[in-house]
Amino acid sequence: MHYALFISTAVAYALSFALYLIFLNTGKVLTGRLGTLLLAVGLVTHYFALLERSRGLHTVPYHDLYGSMSLFGWLLALTYLGLELYHRQRSVGALVLPFILVFFVAAHLAPADRLSPPEAHGPSFALHVALSILAYSAFALSFVLSLVFLGEERLLRDHKLGDVVWRLPPLELLERMSRSSVLVGLVSITIGTALGFLWVDRLSSRYSFYDPKYAITLLVLLLYAAYFWLARTTAWRGARASKLCVFNFVIVFLSFTVVNFYLSHSHRYF
Amino acid sequence: MEIVLVGLNHRTAPVEVRERLSFTLDQARRASDELRSKGILAETLVLSTCNRSEVYGVPPETSHECASGLSSFLSEFHSVRMDLLNGSLYHHYDREAVRHLFRVAAGLDSMMLGEAEILGQVRDAYRVAHEQGATGPVLNRLFQGALEVGKRVRSETELGTRPMSVASAGVKLAERIFGKLNERSALVLGAGTISEQVIAQLRDRGIARLYVMNRSRDRADGLAKQFGGEVVSWGEWERALPMPDVIVSSVAAEEVVLRREIVEQAMEERANRALFFMDLGLPRNIDSAVGKLYNVYLYNVDDLTEIVAQNRHARENEIPKADGIVEEHVGKFLSWQASVELVGLIHELRTRMREQRAQFIRARVESIKHLTDADRVQIEKLMDEMLEGLVLEPAQRLRGEKDVRRKIHNVEALRDLFLSNREKS
Repeated sequence: MHYALFISTAVAYALSFALYLIFLNTGKVLTGRLGTLLLAVGLVTHYFALLERSRGLHTVPYHDLYGSMSLFGWLLALTYLGLELYHRQRSVGALVLPFILVFFVAAHLAPADRLSPPEAHGPSFALHVALSILAYSAFALSFVLSLVFLGEERLLRDHKLGDVVWRLPPLELLERMSRSSVLVGLVSITIGTALGFLWVDRLSSRYSFYDPKYAITLLVLLLYAAYFWLARTTAWRGARASKLCVFNFVIVFLSFTVVNFYLSHSHRYF
Repeated sequence: MEIVLVGLNHRTAPVEVRERLSFTLDQARRASDELRSKGILAETLVLSTCNRSEVYGVPPETSHECASGLSSFLSEFHSVRMDLLNGSLYHHYDREAVRHLFRVAAGLDSMMLGEAEILGQVRDAYRVAHEQGATGPVLNRLFQGALEVGKRVRSETELGTRPMSVASAGVKLAERIFGKLNERSALVLGAGTISEQVIAQLRDRGIARLYVMNRSRDRADGLAKQFGGEVVSWGEWERALPMPDVIVSSVAAEEVVLRREIVEQAMEERANRALFFMDLGLPRNIDSAVGKLYNVYLYNVDDLTEIVAQNRHARENEIPKADGIVEEHVGKFLSWQASVELVGLIHELRTRMREQRAQFIRARVESIKHLTDADRVQIEKLMDEMLEGLVLEPAQRLRGEKDVRRKIHNVEALRDLFLSNREKS
């Protein structure tokens, strides 16, 4: 059953990616809609794959690298779908789906961990983790949108339109989508971090209070808040803000990888 | 049930001839009425645009004979000597007429390849003829097919997606930056023909506010009044530049009209919101250094002409795909046409068989004396059943199996084979 869910999710995401790609090339509305539909199908099967695995192992999805990466992919897909429906723009789908697919498949290729019973549990902890991963996925989305913005802006300024510029979303829409995504990430990371601190406060007898993850999370929060504010100012609006957004995601990536693996003692996989 | 088309277009006739043969709405209605009342056509539709005048019809008899009558009618209707039209008029019949109309609706026969307007013009011509009662089952089906072809070609190919004029390319580029223009404003410098074309495009794309600036106030007033804009006095840069998102310049000036410093100052005042310039002046009206400013996009006439050339090439690459759609629908229409004709043929065949059955009974059965009336009724009933069986199966196959319809290319030959001796006998 688990294998069947994996296959159906991977196929749904891969087909959705192919359809989004065709939509980007041809502009056929029906193809784009089918791409969205298959993404939604992938989201549902992906959810059940996560659920089934968690039940089977009697643990939360984010307890190991697999679950953490897979949940990240799922939340990235969910955030993208929300943005697509809100802004009625699906041209970016072809550029976001590869990330979703990579995280989903890479989760399955990740080495199997020996699972010990989770040390941390409870609804506030679960919410802390889910919101943090949601924030990371929203930031990843804004990173992709900013890259698309920078590429399209460069092509427009250099008068090298080619075929693809006519299919990409307008620059100002890309900016709005990126800001919406960052807003989702900011709200999530703020609430998620607050819940994390509350939870740590309760268990302070068992853990040392300081973890390098706290510092980098606060840095990420500040950087994205700065982006959100600067993106509307005279000096930064446009390409500069998008470059800042790309830079911010580099910090997120470091937080998710280097800090988690080598520096943090309580944030192994999220 | 044949189809005939007589017409001329931008390829076959110069504008002097085209304008003499064009139809107003009233003329189109009147021509349709006359063609039907004179018995030249049973169904008729007039399609008249700035680049073509065409009459589509279904003649009561054979189309090949009807075409010359139709040409003469056009000559008389517009009072144009026939020798003037001889080299310009084209005649198409059946498959060729169908293919021609479908290519027209697809924009493949237009002066500007893939233009969108022609589909609306075909739709309007059909609506007018249909409301007038000038169309019948054949032209209804034909024009519904043409509209479907037009829609499919536009949604499934890129034939109509890319702008093909400098003005439309500029406006579409502005949309690449701002998205829909219905909350945006534009400033147009100059009030000549090019400015007018760009303003028409901007209005077409729903620009919210329009400002016109020209050295001659009168011409600016005229243009602003025509398109619902506002006039800004020439040289009031501090007031004019911070407002718009799109600036179009087409001014006859020997020197640069907008220098970098002026735009730089305006960008500060507008908090660096993106600004798109279309410089359509020759010599250029806008300092090329303006294009280096942050969040400024500057396109001159050469840049836009190059985009148009790229787009034309891209559209031409779509022709085979569009032709494929046209051919698919030509096949569908001809298959439908054959099925209708075959159903008619079978109906005639059935009538003929019944008549022969009646003759047979009169000649043979009634002379047999020992048969009672009940026997005769029984024999008639059995013969009817046998004849129905002979006709029913092929009729059902014709309705149900497309392949059978496709295989029958010449319904007239079948008609000759089964029904031609009717007149002789």
